[in-house]
Amino acid sequence: MTRVVDTIKVVELLEAEISGSILEHGQNELFVDPNKIFEIAALLKDHETLELGYLTSITAVDYIEYFQIVYHLLSMKFNRSLILKTNLYNRQNPSIQSLTRVWKGAELQEREIWDLFGIKFNEHPNMKRVLLWEGFQGHPLRKDFLGQEEQKI
Amino acid sequence: MTLRTEPITINLGPQHPSTHGVFRLRVTFDGEIVVDAEPVLGYLHRGSEKLAESRTFVQVVTLTDRMDYTSSMTNNQAYVLTVEKLAGIEVPERAQYIRVISAELSRISSHLMATGFLLNDLGAFATPLMYCFRERERILDLFEMLCGARITLSFMRPGGIFQDTPEDFWPALTDFISNFPKYLDELETLITGNEVVLARTNDVGVISPSDAINASLSGPMLRATGVEWDLRKADPYEIYDRLEFDVPIGSKGDTFDRYFVRVQEMRESLKIIAQCIRDIPIGPIKTETPFFVRPAAGDAYAAVEGPKGELGFYLVSDGGIAPYRCKVRAPSFINLTLLKEMLVGWKMGDLITIFGSIDIVLGEVDR
Repeated sequence: MTRVVDTIKVVELLEAEISGSILEHGQNELFVDPNKIFEIAALLKDHETLELGYLTSITAVDYIEYFQIVYHLLSMKFNRSLILKTNLYNRQNPSIQSLTRVWKGAELQEREIWDLFGIKFNEHPNMKRVLLWEGFQGHPLRKDFLGQEEQKI
Repeated sequence: MTLRTEPITINLGPQHPSTHGVFRLRVTFDGEIVVDAEPVLGYLHRGSEKLAESRTFVQVVTLTDRMDYTSSMTNNQAYVLTVEKLAGIEVPERAQYIRVISAELSRISSHLMATGFLLNDLGAFATPLMYCFRERERILDLFEMLCGARITLSFMRPGGIFQDTPEDFWPALTDFISNFPKYLDELETLITGNEVVLARTNDVGVISPSDAINASLSGPMLRATGVEWDLRKADPYEIYDRLEFDVPIGSKGDTFDRYFVRVQEMRESLKIIAQCIRDIPIGPIKTETPFFVRPAAGDAYAAVEGPKGELGFYLVSDGGIAPYRCKVRAPSFINLTLLKEMLVGWKMGDLITIFGSIDIVLGEVDR
């Protein structure tokens, strides 16, 4: 059975290594500072007591006041999982550091988020739309996208 | 004298018999050798995630059918498990057994298609594919008995399944699982030791275990590299913790291993189905759920081991009758991450085989 990692320990570890990285923590999720996401991810992946080496999924949710990026991490060695969440308040031009250098599995998923939510991932090797075509107006999974007018390729 | 060469970029697809749907690959060749490859996706994008936001929790089941249309049962299962987790719905035992049986049948049918199309891509045009389709047809007949549909099944509901099995289903299922091993032996005699197949697949398109984990690969793609990770064992859902089965793994992570892992998985699925037939209890098949399921505000992620890999749903509810956000963790899509690394250095013919061995479904890649 995959269990959640001991979040209290992770919080202590992260606070010691990267101060101010944790904003809040729940039973199985951590709310982290979006500006420090890369350092946090690299630490969680390589730390010998965690080894969260598998990025199950990245996704975004549009909560209107902010975008939330949700990372599902997994340690195959210890069979433990962890959820990281981070909020982006800039609706006009949201951006966050890409994690492709930590997990290559982030590559297509981050492109999908850019495509459907319009959240830029800095230092992503290939930040292009993936499901829709270049030149498409808008980002469909945003709540204010209604998609009433037809767009031709 | 040396001749000047220059790379040439060609389009493979979006309409091409070996692309398993509308998939386009921009490949750059130096002579016959691949030097660069970039998948161009989205030709089948229907916006399922957006559509889900304007449907009730139960209606979304029909959208999941149309993602991986070779294995609708596992899609249904992943989705309803997430809704059940989010809303805290209990599922009767009989329904769980029937769900596991149908998911395993789905897995066999999907692996049959994967194997058949791989052989198609190897150049054994259509004949071996029809052998696989003949057996798949029997599974579709079983599905037809269960729910009247053959491809887009919509069989499962949050809280159970929508109807109990008809009486003639069980003899037909027993008949299927007693005959299928013979067919698998026949398939293996034709392929597994076949010199041509071995020459074309051994050591072709190798992925290392660490690369596979780093690139979030899952399913037979991951297990072929030798990583023993199967959600049915690692994070058992439904009744998988009561069943005995092995997790086949490969050793080299090449095209042959990916094929062979699938063949062995079909045998394991038969074992699972046999145990389910033996143990299935009599009882209700669905928990009473309201017509509009209204989970409390919150989020949940649940995943199943689908035929292609880890198929997960991430649902966010705001307390309404429709999901606020419905994200699909599509294994076919994420398994394409390492496509370029697998293809570079191989020839045109190998490109088709390597791509065929990934086993993608464009309905799921593009959603």
